[in-house]
Amino acid sequence: MKRLLILGAGTAGTMMANKLHAVLEPKDWEITIVDEDETHYYQPGFLFIPFGIYQKRDVIKPKRNFLPSGVNVEFAGIDLIEPDAQKVSLNNGKKLSYDYLIVATGCGIHPEETEGMSGDAWHETIFDFYTVEGATALARFFKTWEGGNLVINPVEMPIKCPVAPLEFAFLADWWFTEQGKRDKVEIHYVTPLPGAFTKPIASDKLGDFLDRKNIHLTSEFATGSVDPDKKKLISWDGDEIDYDVLVTVPTNAGSAVIERSGMGDELNFVPTEKHTLKAKNYENVFVLGDATNLPSSKAGSVAHFQADILTENFLRAIDGLPLHEGFDGHANCFIESGFGKGLLIDFNYDVEPLPGKFPLPGAGPFSLLEESKINHYGKMMFRWVYWHLLLRGAELPIEPQMNLYGKVR
Amino acid sequence: MPVLELAGKNITFNDEGFMEDHKQWDEAVAREIAAKVGIPELNERHFTVLNYMRKAYEENGTGPSIRALTKQSGIPTKELYELFPKGPAKKAARIAGIPKPQGCI
Ligand SMILES: Cc1cc2nc3c(=O)[nH]c(=O)nc-3n(C[C@H](O)[C@H](O)[C@H](O)COP(=O)(O)OP(=O)(O)OC[C@H]3O[C@@H](n4cnc5c(N)ncnc54)[C@H](O)[C@@H]3O)c2cc1C
Repeated sequence: MKRLLILGAGTAGTMMANKLHAVLEPKDWEITIVDEDETHYYQPGFLFIPFGIYQKRDVIKPKRNFLPSGVNVEFAGIDLIEPDAQKVSLNNGKKLSYDYLIVATGCGIHPEETEGMSGDAWHETIFDFYTVEGATALARFFKTWEGGNLVINPVEMPIKCPVAPLEFAFLADWWFTEQGKRDKVEIHYVTPLPGAFTKPIASDKLGDFLDRKNIHLTSEFATGSVDPDKKKLISWDGDEIDYDVLVTVPTNAGSAVIERSGMGDELNFVPTEKHTLKAKNYENVFVLGDATNLPSSKAGSVAHFQADILTENFLRAIDGLPLHEGFDGHANCFIESGFGKGLLIDFNYDVEPLPGKFPLPGAGPFSLLEESKINHYGKMMFRWVYWHLLLRGAELPIEPQMNLYGKVR
Repeated sequence: MPVLELAGKNITFNDEGFMEDHKQWDEAVAREIAAKVGIPELNERHFTVLNYMRKAYEENGTGPSIRALTKQSGIPTKELYELFPKGPAKKAARIAGIPKPQGCI
């Protein structure tokens, strides 16, 4: 009997458990998955909570519902991974040994990395929307807020879902308009990047959107600290930006267990081979989802493409075959732009988001880098697709590798 | 691609102002690039950072992020921004004669 151990039952770990359970011979393989949290969070839904579109109950379900019955599930914290001994210790005293390990422990926010951020003002005048607690606290705050200076700031890259703070800005513009308060709210988007987004064409397009929506942009701002009493965001260079309410995306880092186990880089991301998803430093360890150090976007759609490639590579690895260099960094993200519209971007390691059309059998075509109503429906449909198809490892009508068809340079 | 004569050498830069061949670098070259990007004097602390960056580049094929820089060189972030104002990772990479760090801000 061989043992496969999956660490983390979030988006990526759950997909891998389903996909591999479906193809591995039950009499030869024992599959175990570990997570400390019994609740699965639909994280893309957090974006909509501050604006009252979703509530907490719309974004949570029990993890158990998505894991196949032939897989052992351990709800416990992972204390230590010992890749050389091929053992993992849990905080319930259990020690699990494995033949193959899949690391899918994701990443999380660290407000304590920025001086002044995580004190008394946290969730009073400084909010995140990357946790369900932050998003619901902000919804509560917005209900009675009279208006003022709303500053939105991703502190440093990389962050998961790098378009989420922009979407937040667009939705805020829409929501305060709906509330009849837009004239009382200044929206200011402050980013460490040279423009609105990481890649030039999308950055220009999205920059135009900010302009049109009267959202002020400050670029190349490297946040160093926050003064919660004077309500100032301060850069390492000493520049200051005033806020009345600060919506931050704090430093994102991989799970602390990666650091404890000495397996990560300076932000606890696991060094991973760019095209095969094998851990760089270990033979029988694979990594996917937000836990990798890859320069692809940290998004559920990316984890989905990676899961296809990793399923194939896992089967190759156990057969002693060379791994397929199949992962091209493909990402496919709907960007909610407010007023019932959205954009779509589709890109990979080498091809930046381009305009054009994105064909999708049964649903599309979606317009790329252009606003449309159907893109908004795509975004809202994604929650259904996520719970019913994606997590369960079902085939989706979209190839893991990016395709240039329909794109215009 | 622009070729400039710096410290008696003909040095090729790419369109973003990063040296094409890091082996052409020496301290005199560094001083001249620094002056061009608004740092008139390079002191010993500057060179600690520059030498660390060159070493990291030779080992990993890419310059370090600011986080890696502070964690491994022991120079606090605040000081890094004092030494190389406005984006130390990019600016120090230019002066160190290595390519623009991947994913750098
Ligand atoms: C606000 C927001 C909006 C987003 N919008 C989109 C979107 O529109 N489209 C999109 O594709 N993606 C979006 N994403 C990103 C997407 O949610 C993530 O990329 C995806 O969930 C990553 O999956 P993962 O399995 O790698 O990590 P996760 O799903 O975060 O799972 C990691 C799991 O590991 C567990 N874990 C970690 N450490 C330990 C430990 N020591 N012991 C035990 N368990 C542990 C955690 O409990 C967790 O369950 C968004 C994210 C956010 C925050």
